[in-house]
Amino acid sequence: MSTADMSSAELATYNFAYLDEQTKRMIRRAILKAIAIPGYQVPFASREMPMPYGWGTGGVQVTAAILGPQDVLKVIDQGADDTTNAVSIRAFFQKVANVAVTTKTREATIIQTRHRIPEEKLTEGQTLVYQVPIPEPLRFLEPRETETRKMHALEEYGLMHVKLYEDIARNGHIATTYAYPVKVEGRYVMDPSPTPKFDNPKMHMSEALQLFGAGREKRIYAVPPYTEVVSLDFEDHPFEIQSFDKPCALCGAENVYLDEVVLDDKGGRMFVCSDTDHCEDRCAHGHRGHLAYNKEAAE
Amino acid sequence: MTDTPLLKVRDISKFYGARIGCQNVSFDLWPGEVLAIVGESGSGKTTLLNCLATRLMPTSGAVEYRMRDGEMRELSRMSEAERRFLMRTDWGFVHQNPADGLRMAVSAGANVGERLMAVGDRHYGKIRETAGDWLRRVEISTDRIDDQPRAFSGGMRQRLQIARNLVTAPRLIFMDEPTGGLDVSVQARLLDLLRGLVQDLGLSAIIVTHDLAVARLLSHRMMVMKDGLVIEQGLTDRVLDDPREAYTQLLVSSILQV
Repeated sequence: MSTADMSSAELATYNFAYLDEQTKRMIRRAILKAIAIPGYQVPFASREMPMPYGWGTGGVQVTAAILGPQDVLKVIDQGADDTTNAVSIRAFFQKVANVAVTTKTREATIIQTRHRIPEEKLTEGQTLVYQVPIPEPLRFLEPRETETRKMHALEEYGLMHVKLYEDIARNGHIATTYAYPVKVEGRYVMDPSPTPKFDNPKMHMSEALQLFGAGREKRIYAVPPYTEVVSLDFEDHPFEIQSFDKPCALCGAENVYLDEVVLDDKGGRMFVCSDTDHCEDRCAHGHRGHLAYNKEAAE
Repeated sequence: MTDTPLLKVRDISKFYGARIGCQNVSFDLWPGEVLAIVGESGSGKTTLLNCLATRLMPTSGAVEYRMRDGEMRELSRMSEAERRFLMRTDWGFVHQNPADGLRMAVSAGANVGERLMAVGDRHYGKIRETAGDWLRRVEISTDRIDDQPRAFSGGMRQRLQIARNLVTAPRLIFMDEPTGGLDVSVQARLLDLLRGLVQDLGLSAIIVTHDLAVARLLSHRMMVMKDGLVIEQGLTDRVLDDPREAYTQLLVSSILQV
């Protein structure tokens, strides 16, 4: 959408989706390159955004660059639609792009996420935009950026396994639970951003396009649809996802990622779906967990 | 010994601007041979070693290495990927300061296992077993396998660094003052260990040292450097017992007799 038809109505306004057209063009180029080389971190000229680093400046720039007036946007933070980060980014795009927003996973065309992949299977045509704090999977093993770039270029990934080795040596099992390193299309090792490893299998052969934006670190990377994403592991210590003893206390869902909620100061706690949309959807369809609010009993 | 050298060095020079690092150094290193490079500080020993180990690009000259398939390859003509692969499989580099050659924040086992994982080993149990085996060979108790090197003494760190380098069964080891900074009793043990390992494994080694005792104990042949030039070379015993150059005579006579 061009600037002209937006600014004719009002005198002074933002360009559609906040960023100017030249910036969007630059970001789109980076995104196209990232899609062409799955898992490769493409540098881009990250802009100042009206929010602090760490609040999703990378994700917001990617979303702004791909957003069109017809898009339906969903924003989640740790799986929830109603937390501060999600609410403010959603409000931001309502204001600067006037796009339709939703909390329903299946209605959204673009989903910006911080740390979760929705439980509901994403379909073709949807785009998942991740907010990434540290894009470099080798960062804490090798502090020199010149060296890590070389290691990516020469496919020297032995060091990644040193980290997993350390995990097993110290804890008896691979204790990395989030930002679990993956190998994309048999080539680049990638940090899937701090999503729990529970979500790693969802990235594999996903029908949706996955874009990753790191604002402070000025990197964009991508996993195109139907791309192989394999979590690294050892032959005798294979990759496994978290499992939970109990189903969700509100909707009774099993095999979903649960958040712990402390209820009182006497040790009371409950485990509920981290994906709020998924939980509400199930409740609306009559699923009940053991702590669900029971209307009939109350009446 | 075979009839072709493992390493062929021809007229290696390295200049830092107008200053000389080392100049016109040529020699052959044969399989199973240990060569010591001695000389005072600033004589160009370490520059030469770094040029040979591809850590520095020489200004002129050529270094050829016989690969495992028997082919002689010139190091400067190899791609960076090939050079780095060579460095972590067929070669080893032992630094004077173990902190330069070790990952101080990961356990001893992972330090030894890193090279194995880098060449594609993906079985935790086997990697750990090999690491434990190598720790035993360098006289580190296996119950220290999960400790970080920063909890180790200087001598242990140096032995760990050696184990980390030898785990992929390299054919050539570069050592830069391997006993520097260790007290004499620890030095003696380390030298004993090194001599045993070099003999058992049939390693070739190039050792840079300013300590003539180290050269005497470990090396078959030695080169004496001064101001970037090799001024004398020959069998170790010959050079030390019958030094011909005035500078070598000075060097040999400056050893403290206790």
